[in-house]
Amino acid sequence: MSKIEIKSFNLYYTNFHALKDISINIEDKRITTIIGPSGCGKSTLLRSINRINDTIEGVRTSGEINVYGENIYDNKIDVDILRRNVGMVFQRPNPFPISIYENVAFGLRVNRIGSNRWTISETVEKSLKAVLLWDNVKDRLHKSALSLTLEEQQRLCIARVIAVTPRIILLDEPCSSLDPVAIQKIEELMIQLKNRYTIIIVTHNMQQAARVSNDTAFMLFGKLVEFDKTEKIFTNPLKKETEDYVSGRFG
Amino acid sequence: MRRIIDTIIEKVIFSCGTLSVIFVILIFSFLFMESFAFFKDFDITKFVTGRYWYPDSEPALFGILSLIVGSFLVTLGACLIAVPVSIMTALYISEVVSKSVRDVLKSLVELMAAIPSVVIGFIGMIVLVPCVRKLFNVPTGLTAFSGSVMLAFMAMPTMVTISEDAIHSVPWQYKEGALALGATKWQTMRRIVLKTARPGIMAAIMLGIGRVVGETMTVMMITGNSSRIPHSIFEPVRTMTAVIAAEMGETVKGSMHYKALFSIGLVLFLITFLINFVADLFLGKNKNK
Repeated sequence: MSKIEIKSFNLYYTNFHALKDISINIEDKRITTIIGPSGCGKSTLLRSINRINDTIEGVRTSGEINVYGENIYDNKIDVDILRRNVGMVFQRPNPFPISIYENVAFGLRVNRIGSNRWTISETVEKSLKAVLLWDNVKDRLHKSALSLTLEEQQRLCIARVIAVTPRIILLDEPCSSLDPVAIQKIEELMIQLKNRYTIIIVTHNMQQAARVSNDTAFMLFGKLVEFDKTEKIFTNPLKKETEDYVSGRFG
Repeated sequence: MRRIIDTIIEKVIFSCGTLSVIFVILIFSFLFMESFAFFKDFDITKFVTGRYWYPDSEPALFGILSLIVGSFLVTLGACLIAVPVSIMTALYISEVVSKSVRDVLKSLVELMAAIPSVVIGFIGMIVLVPCVRKLFNVPTGLTAFSGSVMLAFMAMPTMVTISEDAIHSVPWQYKEGALALGATKWQTMRRIVLKTARPGIMAAIMLGIGRVVGETMTVMMITGNSSRIPHSIFEPVRTMTAVIAAEMGETVKGSMHYKALFSIGLVLFLITFLINFVADLFLGKNKNK
């Protein structure tokens, strides 16, 4: 069964029709990338899956996004619980200007996970280990998170998401502000995490999509052009636009 | 020719800059000199801890403890009212309402700062003072409490606009990050937004307090001007500023009374200097992070 089913989903920013009738089924425990030129709506689509777009003024939607068979655009949905289950990592690392420890503990505290200090510490350690950051920071957990390098900050942001045990992790161009070595490390991390989480990555880097993902969706002008296995998209796409884009003829 | 203009402008800017510094130094030394002359004839501890301000009796008593208590009570009361209201107003303007409403509200709050203090005092006299008298069943509505309420109004515009700037400048990525972790709007505000904006908010509070401490006209009109140490906030008080404003015109230049008023001015100056200094510390802390 698909974890995420998007059914004829439309999104408008005031008068701008940003997502046009998107339908897509995303499978469990796989990495799916969404590619496409700037402004094609790929980030918007990603940000619709945890309803973080709600924070922008003038956004309207129609259609359904079902996560575990539940339409998240239903009025009965508790958005805070949804966002706990569907974690998100942003384009620019955005650790809070508090300590490294508190950054990871933040999600636990606001969601009231782990009632005592001991379980919180344990989860913080586990999450930092999962993103291979623990050894670097274990001696300076109470230093400001802004003292970390950009790559470490992005790892911290991933750790922060993992700590609240989401089932789905959305990554919005997670490597765009990192250097090539850091990108490689983050990609390795994503492949490791695949066994436990369903991961969706938006990227403008086609090599990255080819390297890490199982499935790839190609979007253009707010429409989903093609969605298939990654090898298929990159070697033998059905549509001409897809072929033009992945072969670098535009975008 | 262009070079000459350049040098002239540079000189003008330089002298303007140094002039303001010189003025501060001049004011300070003037206050200091007059006060120093006063403390030669009147014991400084008696001045600060004396309970009675009887400048016209024989011998004259210049104890400003009741005035310090008066200023302190009015300021404290004003802060207790203005700080929570201002922070919440700032949060509301910055985080809750839409952008168009935000602009309107913010200009309205800033407009509030433009109300002359005598008008605030006047409104307090007509509207608030009778209410206080009836509501708390006290012999007169001219109390420290009335002063606090009206001064809170005067401090709020400063506190609200500067806190709002601080809150608004919290990067939206922080808010988004917090919301994406499942935090509610209120949790995000309390744990991330307020925490990040704290240095700015503290500076706003300090600047607001500075305004309250130095405010004269409003307190003169509605706090009753009774230089006794009050037992509660619902009794008349007299503040340091009110004494200076009320009595400076009646003194003989160079007399003890005259110098005593300058000494009060020095005390006030030191207090506001301290407040500004603390505000600067908070703002500086913000930059280092």
